[in-house]
Amino acid sequence: MPERPLSPHLSVYKFKYTLATSILNRLAGLILSLGFFLFVYWLVALAAGARAYAQARALLSLGLFKVVYAVLIAAFVYHLAAGVRHLIWDTGRGLDRVSAQRSAWIVAGVSVVVSLILIYALLRPGAYAR
Amino acid sequence: MSLRAPLGEVLGRGSAKAGVHHWWLQRLTSVALVPLAIGFVVSLLALPALDYATLIGWMRQGGTALGLVLFVLVAARHSHLGVRVVIEDYVHPAGLRTLALVISDFSHLIAAAAAVYAVLKVALGGRL
Repeated sequence: MPERPLSPHLSVYKFKYTLATSILNRLAGLILSLGFFLFVYWLVALAAGARAYAQARALLSLGLFKVVYAVLIAAFVYHLAAGVRHLIWDTGRGLDRVSAQRSAWIVAGVSVVVSLILIYALLRPGAYAR
Repeated sequence: MSLRAPLGEVLGRGSAKAGVHHWWLQRLTSVALVPLAIGFVVSLLALPALDYATLIGWMRQGGTALGLVLFVLVAARHSHLGVRVVIEDYVHPAGLRTLALVISDFSHLIAAAAAVYAVLKVALGGRL
């Protein structure tokens, strides 16, 4: 196969927070892919009947999973916010340096606030005790 | 100097259109996932408890079952497309890369099928 032109190697870029928003979006997506398989396990256990669901729930209620859910919630909110930013970029808007820097901060702020709210709502002690 | 490359130069270098298809499908699934994912989270937040009876009752509502089927199908495709790009970018040895892509293909397909089966089974009252 003939040699094709390649993108510049990553190391030619100076690190800036706008670059972090990009790699974090990829990381969040990958985490959510793993979360998707966990979600499917939960659905399948639910469909398998009350006993199977009780077993799955006992496993999924272990303290360790609180950390997993908190990470999944943060990844979900960030990927959603950063994804909307990408969709706006795809229309050709907001691509200049100042706009991209401003939207990076908006995405970061929205992600932190909404993640904390959701983590509190879904994971606070006593939530979904039944 | 001609700007147009001779045929011999471009053979095997041109677009096969698969890249555009991948790019477009990634956007299409993103747009669809915005309401589907938000709807899923809101629906989950509205649940009073996560016990078996509550969840079964929730999934037997037509809207929930339809929403969940759409959500898992679109999410599976979106995840499939995304994981593919990550593997192609970071897994360099050709054999390992192919293996990783095949594992991703199969596991996403199996997960999507299992999720749809599970939702339908509950929604139809276990008659599946």
